[in-house]
Amino acid sequence: MIVLTMAALTLREAARRKVLRALAVMTFVLLGLSAWGFYRLDAEFGGLTSGEARLAASIVLNLVMFGLSLIAALGTAFLAGPTLAGEIESGAALAMLARPVRRGSVLVGKWLGLAVFGSGFVAVAGLAQFLIVWITMDYWPPAPATGLALLAAQTTALLTLGLLLSAVISPMASGIVSVGLFGATWIAGVVGGVGHALDNESVERIGAVSRVLLPTDGLWRGAMNAFQDPAILMNLGPGMQGHPFMSDSSLTWTYLAWTAVWVALVLGLAGLAFRRRDL
Amino acid sequence: MSAAPTAEQLLADLPPTAAVWCSGLRKRYRKRTAVDDVSFTVGRGEVLGLLGPNGAGKTTVIKMLLGLVRPDAGEVLLLGRPARDPHSRSKVGYLPELFRYQPWLTAAEVLDLHVRLAGATVPAAERRECLALVGLADRAGDRVGGFSKGMQQRLGLAVALVARPEFVVLDEPTSALDPIGRADVRDLMLSLRSRGVAVLLNSHLIGEVERVCDRVVILDKGRIAAAGTLAELLGQRELRLRLDKVDDAASARLAAAGEVTSDGDLFTVALPADPDADIVPDLVADLVELGVRVHAVEAGRISLEERLLDILRTGTEEHR
Ligand SMILES: Nc1ncnc2c1ncn2[C@@H]1O[C@H](COP(=O)(O)OP(=O)(O)OP(=O)(O)O)[C@@H](O)[C@H]1O
Ligand SMILES: [Mg+2]
Repeated sequence: MIVLTMAALTLREAARRKVLRALAVMTFVLLGLSAWGFYRLDAEFGGLTSGEARLAASIVLNLVMFGLSLIAALGTAFLAGPTLAGEIESGAALAMLARPVRRGSVLVGKWLGLAVFGSGFVAVAGLAQFLIVWITMDYWPPAPATGLALLAAQTTALLTLGLLLSAVISPMASGIVSVGLFGATWIAGVVGGVGHALDNESVERIGAVSRVLLPTDGLWRGAMNAFQDPAILMNLGPGMQGHPFMSDSSLTWTYLAWTAVWVALVLGLAGLAFRRRDL
Repeated sequence: MSAAPTAEQLLADLPPTAAVWCSGLRKRYRKRTAVDDVSFTVGRGEVLGLLGPNGAGKTTVIKMLLGLVRPDAGEVLLLGRPARDPHSRSKVGYLPELFRYQPWLTAAEVLDLHVRLAGATVPAAERRECLALVGLADRAGDRVGGFSKGMQQRLGLAVALVARPEFVVLDEPTSALDPIGRADVRDLMLSLRSRGVAVLLNSHLIGEVERVCDRVVILDKGRIAAAGTLAELLGQRELRLRLDKVDDAASARLAAAGEVTSDGDLFTVALPADPDADIVPDLVADLVELGVRVHAVEAGRISLEERLLDILRTGTEEHR
């Protein structure tokens, strides 16, 4: 009950704050640019073989989806911070938490609202992007629903981290730190990919470890795998290994289970930190 | 109904418990002790004033009562339930010292939110009335972000009152209000008391406290420096006399009425806590009979302000 009230309140906050407008503008810019890009690609290289065109479409689609996931990450991270730490700092939390509510319910409610918001954004913007590629390049990704679900999971993981950080540090810092960590694991993932291509195990391990510590990059790689044409990797083989916008494997269920555990753990930690906090 | 009554039924059958009861509250922030061994009770329908200088620990005590700050030691019962249980707060209204409400909601939406969080059912008309009570009727549909400071404090009052509380905690409720608003809040507290709602009022405006509070707790450096009803705290009345030709017999007669301090022809007699009605006319008649020339007689009462300053300056112990 309290959880749903708080989730609805968080969604309303997301809708009314300027964050939403900023998100919408960034998304439109990105979608518009990509539409133009795909259109030019098709016009300039009309003579491409269908294999080459599909490769180009896959890579550019993944590139644009990365942009979208970055926007989603930024948006939710900067919503997650203010919604908890900001309310504690401003004093708005005082009146609310003096009501007959458990702090845990308030936290889970906010988390739920943010997760719905982030997933909804990913779904709408992602679908729009698929349509653009379909219209301009006649390419439809092999597993769109899986890919979008993984992107939504990535956003959820990041906002959970943002909530934990905002329960212990200040609102702005929590947004910046969580986006920073998100970027760092992505880079670690790319480095790991290069290591894999060069058969250098210790470098490869960097990516593997970072993917366990913060599952955003692992989820992102799974999503990419769902967006790209499976035939490409078959055709091109190991030459594509280590490419930052290509992924050669889909996710394992173990990894997905670990992601769920990770989110629950981080949310639980956030709950503990929030419960103990003096307002 | 053959089984033994459950614990809940037994509790429900008990006479109404105090609005709040706390015992041995203690809180340290790092090395600074903010609250040290504070205990008091607010009865149902009673208005208790919490006084003390800046940093005395008043807000910290209030936050510990409401579960917003974890006490290092001590116990709190809110409306008969341990304060650890969130349900103990379902009939409590709170106006924080730092009053801020979601700037992206309208005033009416803030009230709706708090009604829902309180788990209460309050008809829309009553919510509107509540806003009207604090003078925000025509701003109900405006975003709180555009409110002035005083308007936000008025909204905070409405939030504290909207869910039909049985106990209201007001932390400096008039700090941002205009003079009319202050008078309104005074009337509001009196009307709450007349309806049997208990109030805990923290305020620096002593006149406000003196007018509405039944009892007062004075905090200083985290400890209770004095506590009692207004009559107990302000018990001493005094009589100021301007006299001429006072001889030994007259001095003795004055001393018999109470402790005397004199400054030239000005004599001040401290009267007992509840003097009988004839004490002043009898004293004057006797003085006249003793040949004293009486120029002026003025009955005075020590104000709460003087008493507060006196307590805070002379330290705590003798007033416990
Ligand atoms: N969050 C906090 N961190 C550290 N110290 C704190 C904190 N909150 C209060 N204190 C300290 O506790 C003491 C009591 O503070 P409190 O806010 O309860 O005072 P107060 O009586 O309400 O004062 P005022 O009349 O100024 O509102 C002060 O010394 C203050 O510095
Ligand atoms: Mg205070």
